[in-house]
Amino acid sequence: MAEALLDVSGVTKSFGGFVALDSVNFEVRAGERVGLIGPNGSGKSTLVNCIAGTLRNERGSIRFQGQDICGYPAHRRIRMGLARSFQIPKPFASMSVLDNLCVPLLYAAPAHQGPRRVPVAEEAKHILDQVGLGDKAGAMSGGLTQVDMRKLELARAIAARPKLLISDEAMAGLSASEVDEILTLLLGLKAQGVAVIMIEHVMRAVMKFSERIAVLVAGRKIADGDPQEVVGNPEVVKAYLGE
Amino acid sequence: MSNKTFTVVALAIALALAAVTQLIPNEYFFTAAYTVLLFVILATAWNILGGYTGYVNFGSAAFFAIGAYTTVFLYNAFKAPLLVMIVAGTLTAGLAGLGLGYLTLRLRGVFFAIASLALAVVLYVFIVNWDYVGGARGAYVLQPREIPFGLPRYIHLIYSVQLVMAGLAIVVARAIEHSTIGRGLAAIRDDELAAECSGVPTLRLKIFSTMVSCALMGMAGTTFPYYLSYVEPSSAFSLSYAVYSIAMPLVGGMKSWIGPLIGAILLGSMQQLVQVMFSLGAWNLLIVGVLLVLFVTLAPNGIMGWVESWRRRKER
Repeated sequence: MAEALLDVSGVTKSFGGFVALDSVNFEVRAGERVGLIGPNGSGKSTLVNCIAGTLRNERGSIRFQGQDICGYPAHRRIRMGLARSFQIPKPFASMSVLDNLCVPLLYAAPAHQGPRRVPVAEEAKHILDQVGLGDKAGAMSGGLTQVDMRKLELARAIAARPKLLISDEAMAGLSASEVDEILTLLLGLKAQGVAVIMIEHVMRAVMKFSERIAVLVAGRKIADGDPQEVVGNPEVVKAYLGE
Repeated sequence: MSNKTFTVVALAIALALAAVTQLIPNEYFFTAAYTVLLFVILATAWNILGGYTGYVNFGSAAFFAIGAYTTVFLYNAFKAPLLVMIVAGTLTAGLAGLGLGYLTLRLRGVFFAIASLALAVVLYVFIVNWDYVGGARGAYVLQPREIPFGLPRYIHLIYSVQLVMAGLAIVVARAIEHSTIGRGLAAIRDDELAAECSGVPTLRLKIFSTMVSCALMGMAGTTFPYYLSYVEPSSAFSLSYAVYSIAMPLVGGMKSWIGPLIGAILLGSMQQLVQVMFSLGAWNLLIVGVLLVLFVTLAPNGIMGWVESWRRRKER
């Protein structure tokens, strides 16, 4: 089997006495769609933060394309092609929607994409059309609705032209049709060969999306494999529903 | 307008202004205009870090004083020509900014502001105790007898120099604003974590903008000893420089290079007016304070922000 795109092994992170991640092993292959689920507080976001570089893990190693990236600051990781979206949207509020995308297009994408072929603004517009924000390109990003902000958050991650995209609860609080919109968007990335880790509570979306599901409970990974098998796993059921 | 064209235009305007104003017979004009130009540079410089990047620097006086005291040092050491003093003062202040940035920019928000203020206090104590540059007594820096370009008095020269330097500061600020770096700085101002996660090397950019900002403040200070022929620490480190260099961009608008320019010309001229016309020099800070309160509550994005929203409303 080819080497994994992302290889997390033995990653441990604690906050004071609280162990948020307890030697977690986790792998993603190129182009794969993985769902990451778990109850609130199980360490999903902490894992994302450790992978993306906004938190540092205490033990264990994180390798991306075979390279150990543990010591790298977040901006170097995204330049290698490892992008994430934020659970709570963090738009650059003083900029237009279009300008929001220009930041990763200028700073992250060229690092692993080589020289630019189309002008930045054109490429940004293209991505906005792709996520369905095309008509809001000139609007100020601070005044967007929740759905549009989620879309912008994803669009900005896509603008980094990643090889792996981590979508951190992009669908929480959205209506069924809005969930479908974002789902279609994420499924579309597969065609571009982008691997996606989807962190989500909306099970319908996770089941529809994932080729594989991993389950975190209290900082430990308790299951990892075929979606149908994982949700039937007695331990997973117990973690979600209690005994 | 491209950077090159803008540079040519800005410097041409500065030189033309310098040439034309030489015809003004009233000598006080030059004294007053020098101060306004000083604030144009300080405000423009402060805005690179404070407005573009979102880090409030309370230590403007320290970097201004570094420029001034570099001149004093070089004057005492070997009566260096003015140009050498300007370059040296700019570089020294830039280096100090680099140091401040490296040590403190891991701190966010208010902690950086406090650290910058602390630096000003430390430098003040250092200068007070350094005899070579006059210590607490202050130092005399005599204006040279020979004045180049056939100008009548030395104030005409440093006024013109200050005018060109103001043009230069604006050129630098505008170039940064319109560059990829400027976009990165704006991203940092809006959300530093999101900026870092969009590939912006936040620490490096913050250090860069601190360095440029502080270097320009130092540049503004280099001509100051010649202006009064005398410098002493409490005037060079006066807190009012820090207050004004924050107030002017705030009043003018902090998002673009025009804001600080407008704010500085407005507040600076008003300050001169109050002082000369009404002999109410002591009221200056009070007036600035009232204006600040008014702007923060009524037009938090300054005059430029107000103009922008007015223009947008008109478009609809």
